[in-house]
Amino acid sequence: MLTVENVSYKVKEDNKEKLILDDINFSIKKDEMLVITGHNGSGKSTLAKILMGILKPTTGKITFNGKDITNMSVCDRAKLGISYGFQQPIYFKGLTVKDLLNIACQNEVSVPCACKYLSQVGLCAKEYVFREVNNKLSGGELKRIEIATILAKNGSLNIYDEPEAGIDLWSFDALVKIFKKKTATNIIISHQQRLIELADKIILLNSAKIEKQGTKAEVLPYLHNDLCMRLKGEDYE
Amino acid sequence: MNKVDELLSKLRDNAPTDKDSVSIRENGKTVYRKVMEGISIIDKPNSAGFNMVIAKGTKGKAVHIPVVITRDNLNEIVYNDFEIQDNCDVVIVAGCGIHNDAHEMVSHNGIHSFKIGKNCKVIYIEKHLGLGTNQNKILNPLTNVDLGEGSYFEMNTHQLGGVEFADRKTFAKLGDNSTMYINEKILTTGDEIAKTHFKVNLKGQNSSVEVVSRAVAEGNSKQEFISNVIGENKCFGHVECDGIISNKAQIFSTPKIMAKHIDAVLIHEAAIGKISEEQTLKLMTLGLTQEEAEKKIIDGFLK
Repeated sequence: MLTVENVSYKVKEDNKEKLILDDINFSIKKDEMLVITGHNGSGKSTLAKILMGILKPTTGKITFNGKDITNMSVCDRAKLGISYGFQQPIYFKGLTVKDLLNIACQNEVSVPCACKYLSQVGLCAKEYVFREVNNKLSGGELKRIEIATILAKNGSLNIYDEPEAGIDLWSFDALVKIFKKKTATNIIISHQQRLIELADKIILLNSAKIEKQGTKAEVLPYLHNDLCMRLKGEDYE
Repeated sequence: MNKVDELLSKLRDNAPTDKDSVSIRENGKTVYRKVMEGISIIDKPNSAGFNMVIAKGTKGKAVHIPVVITRDNLNEIVYNDFEIQDNCDVVIVAGCGIHNDAHEMVSHNGIHSFKIGKNCKVIYIEKHLGLGTNQNKILNPLTNVDLGEGSYFEMNTHQLGGVEFADRKTFAKLGDNSTMYINEKILTTGDEIAKTHFKVNLKGQNSSVEVVSRAVAEGNSKQEFISNVIGENKCFGHVECDGIISNKAQIFSTPKIMAKHIDAVLIHEAAIGKISEEQTLKLMTLGLTQEEAEKKIIDGFLK
């Protein structure tokens, strides 16, 4: 479904080039769930943004369902069926939750339909469907509305940047249920063990590079070992 | 559709029903009037405008008072006084539309004074609109509100383009336990100028005011927002002014809050900037182009 070949991303900082992603290669098949994990600053969010087209890779190629999308815009990728959940959800003065769901569905959604999406993310639908998506909502509420828009968009590839951030334990269970359903191919940036354990494939990013990738059975023991080493204070490198 | 009908249809977001009272002023004269039980509208004898009285206990009634101008070289000052007696629950839909293709200036200065009794709920809707090629369409509305004990007054004002110059002034005095909600939306384009000035005196105990102003200034247009909320008793006031600018447009916001009582709580928030890139990007991830996303954000902001 998605193939990433030799993707690198550089930025200029203080007139020096800094490598944020270095020669990233991986692929994911239809209906698989890939979790990308790693240290803060390892390049996870940058990679997610490159997959959605928010950032353009310095080098490399991205293919989606056999089509080269490397230079394709965000909007065109969205129309192809790629969705993206922001790490920090965005608020809009004036637009309601239902307005966002209408845009996501490319159609006027019925109130029961809007409520269905909101209930899936653990929101009491009637209280939220006509609410403005403004800064009066908490971070956790905004995050769940963000995920509801992705469900409403019904894409074939969903990219989530830390979907668990700001979400309480009860809503997190609802989130786990969504990913367990496997109604789409999911790429999830996460540190959350419960999400990592749901994955078909795991990528561990470290300092801009893929340190380890493979099936859950291949990578999970490595992650536990890596965590134990760091808890013991041993040199990670 | 002729110019008058076009203006009336664009002013009528809330179209009158058979049960509503209607008074239409066209090119300086009252051309149609229908008043229902509990409401009286009588033209002033010595000046342009009317005196409206809504009788005590009138509930569930709406009054539509649109003004349309399609003639050139008409400059009028209209004084409309509204006496709303105790225990009323009414909606008043005003608005002014000017269609001017000629070269001469056209201006409408509507001075509306509300004297609202006790325990009333009044919703006042006012929409301003300019059509036609001439760039001398001027609207200067002035609204005075004297709000009685336990009453609620909601004022929704929209100016959505086509008015070259507007200077809106709103002055209000609030009694005990009364609440005022002001919701203002202004869009300016081209070289248009819109000024808006609110002064609200919170005189009564437990009185409160909420002012929400949303402004979009495009092209070379300019907007000025001045608010002055004075807390003279135990009261609450909140003013929120948000503006979106593009191209060479400018918005000036001048907040003023004056607490003259130890239990007065007054807040002013203001934010002006271009359309947020993150908002645009979020809507693009849902499949909109950049232009579609920006339009959606502006439409929602002014909704």
